[in-house]
Amino acid sequence: MSTTPLRLKELSKKEDLLTGGHRMCAGCGAPIAIRQVLLAAEMPVVVANATGCLEVSTTIYPYSAWKVPWIHTAFENAAATLSGVEAMYRALKKKGKIKERIKFIAFGGDGGTYDIGFQSLSGAMERGHDIVYICYDNGAYMNTGIQRSSATPLGANTTTSPAGKVIPGKLQPRKNLTKIMAAHGIPYVAQTTPAHWRDLMTKVRKALEVDGPAFINVLSSCNRGWRTPTDRAIEDCKLAVETCFWPLYEYENGKLTINQKPKEKKPVVEFLKTQGRFKHLFSPENEHLLKKAQELVDKEWEDLLREERMWKAEEGE
Amino acid sequence: MKGWKELEIGALTKAGSADEYNTGSWRAFRPVWIEENCIQCLFCWIYCPDSAITVKDGKRGEFDYMHCKGCGICAMECPGKKGKKAIVMEEEGK
Amino acid sequence: MGKVLAVTGNQAIAEAMRQINPDVCAAYPITPSTEVMQRFAAFVADGKVDTELVTVESEHSAMSACIGASAAGGRVMTATSSQGLALMWEMLHIASGMRMPIVMTLVNRALSAPINIHGDHSDGMGARDCGWVQLWSENGQEAYDNLIQAIRIAEHEDVRLPAMVNMDGFIISHSIESMEFLPDDVVKDFIGEYKPKNPLLDIENPVTMGPLVLPDYFMEFKRQQHEAMLHVKDVVLEVAKEFEKVSGRSYGLFEAYRLDDAELAIVVLNSAAGTCKDVIDEYRDRGIKVGLLKPRLFRPFPYEEVAEALSGVKVIGVLDRAESFGGFGPMYMEIASAMMTNGSKPIMINKIYGLGGRDFMPEHAAMVIDELKEIAETGKVKLYKDYLGVRE
Ligand code: SF4
Ligand code: SF4
Repeated sequence: MSTTPLRLKELSKKEDLLTGGHRMCAGCGAPIAIRQVLLAAEMPVVVANATGCLEVSTTIYPYSAWKVPWIHTAFENAAATLSGVEAMYRALKKKGKIKERIKFIAFGGDGGTYDIGFQSLSGAMERGHDIVYICYDNGAYMNTGIQRSSATPLGANTTTSPAGKVIPGKLQPRKNLTKIMAAHGIPYVAQTTPAHWRDLMTKVRKALEVDGPAFINVLSSCNRGWRTPTDRAIEDCKLAVETCFWPLYEYENGKLTINQKPKEKKPVVEFLKTQGRFKHLFSPENEHLLKKAQELVDKEWEDLLREERMWKAEEGE
Repeated sequence: MKGWKELEIGALTKAGSADEYNTGSWRAFRPVWIEENCIQCLFCWIYCPDSAITVKDGKRGEFDYMHCKGCGICAMECPGKKGKKAIVMEEEGK
Repeated sequence: MGKVLAVTGNQAIAEAMRQINPDVCAAYPITPSTEVMQRFAAFVADGKVDTELVTVESEHSAMSACIGASAAGGRVMTATSSQGLALMWEMLHIASGMRMPIVMTLVNRALSAPINIHGDHSDGMGARDCGWVQLWSENGQEAYDNLIQAIRIAEHEDVRLPAMVNMDGFIISHSIESMEFLPDDVVKDFIGEYKPKNPLLDIENPVTMGPLVLPDYFMEFKRQQHEAMLHVKDVVLEVAKEFEKVSGRSYGLFEAYRLDDAELAIVVLNSAAGTCKDVIDEYRDRGIKVGLLKPRLFRPFPYEEVAEALSGVKVIGVLDRAESFGGFGPMYMEIASAMMTNGSKPIMINKIYGLGGRDFMPEHAAMVIDELKEIAETGKVKLYKDYLGVRE
């Protein structure tokens, strides 16, 4: 089978498997990521979706924006639901009732992935199902109206971690889910954004190719939650990578590769300042939080660099 | 609207049917394509959240105004030619 | 004919599952149903079934995986008890709402707190409104027979609903009784090939399953579920008739025991029915006209048929192995509703018994019959709802 080269001219000849006419907000990052994921796949895929913005807005009965087989059951269980689909695929393949090679993708937001769906995700990964779980992380429960999740960055103003007179937004740093998934020892784990379409699509292809579970964490902007103009989705993702707030990296069979190292690492305030959810951090009394935010980014980035150096040293590169 | 006897059980839904749904009415601003500034990079196409930029044989075509919500991402990401954007946003109804 | 063996209730269920040979099982261990999946896992490990066994990390995921597998297009089974069913509760509604013909054994056990691993019906009764077909079983033989029939009922074109087969925890699940198994090929022919309906894995005909349905369409889908439930009674009887041909054992919507001329009646589910029948025989020998009704199909509940069967009875004692705190027991409410359908107005009392595995002894049955008799004679009821076998 010839693979479509990752060039936009060639890719644009493929069928878009997410139609227009869905009801995601104007300028949402999630459908951009989903389109790219589906364009990257070179084989039939079946999709499971956790409850969330993506799920409700793309399937308002009697309309569905999905041209691939798609299932939603509940919020916390996209990985478990897809485990069942994949198990049935194996059963029917064994009996010769299905011939073709089909791959399985779960989509969940950060609420459905980092928080309520964390257990079922971990279970599915441990059991080794041949599925790719893709989290679109916009850093809060956007579907219910911007409540904090464990993916919400330090200091963010959400409706359940409001920036008030005494408490300046979310007090805790975000959970590093990509690392936690890497600790599962599964064949492929990566982090990317839709602004880096070629990186994203390369990663999706690698994830689909491995035999066994894979996890990709995709940063995805939400202009309502991030309090940004509707045209910022791609720009803010670029800033997230340029500031190392969201480094592009991957683990292939446990080996780390950083896919992009900014020539000049921008200060994290560059990423924070365009977003209304961090506005209060720029008042003088919250300076310590900006400092803390920078320290968190620096530490994560340095840890990654150190780990990558270790791998290189080991391989005598 | 269909009654319960006519509907497929379990709320089974036809794949891709959202294509028939008009989200163009959401638009406050309208992207306009200035072909002479277009370098055919297709960034607008890959970054559109609403599959609202038509491409034929690898070449950019008109906007699909039935689905375009006017977010402005395409205009923001369009490199254009010699500093001149190939997409500009114009207020609807003007 | 089949083999007669002495086995536990759980073993009988595992054996039925081996013979059914479902495409996918997803399960999580919980007392007292654990043995079902343990035995089944051994069948999988020894290649005695073709099933893909998904050993999930919780019951919530078990039912989620069952739904995914069923949607994908094959036959799916599982088993659980008590807290496991409680954790599945959200997914039980989704299984029925999405019209997935999953078949599950529920080995009945009390719900916490306090934690207790023994048999009562709080779990199954708590799932009463989840849209599942419910069959209840007095012993291992009935559970085995019900499970095989449940496959046909759930998958029937006019039904397409999930079904659960209930059996008492420990009292039945862990005690050995002699029962008859059908030959493997008879079971295979009886259940037939699974016929998928719009399967998710049909990539040539993609479908969207589980969309958001707003007030404009939601009620139509609920009406469809109601319609499917209306078909269940006929399907249960039709399947039972065919099952009788292959097994020689006959089943209905419920069992009526010495009820024809009865003036007093006990209504009770599952294993306690056996105890009551023995006591009823003793009372009959003394000339007391008492009978018993043991529901088999609890959802949908066969109101008219039950009312007809109880129409000549003057006093009914409904025994509930589950509480509805602040209300009558769940079975009492069904029987009361049933009696409304034909206008007969028996006196009805409710006894809560056997919670958390408390023994139900013949003397308890005798106490109930004595009380029914007294009510019949005096027309006076002391307490409509009371506990049985509890220390003051
Ligand atoms: S304005 Fe937004 S929705 Fe419209 S074509 Fe451009 S990117 Fe797509
Ligand atoms: S992004 Fe601009 S230059 Fe590139 S194809 Fe689209 S309109 Fe043309």
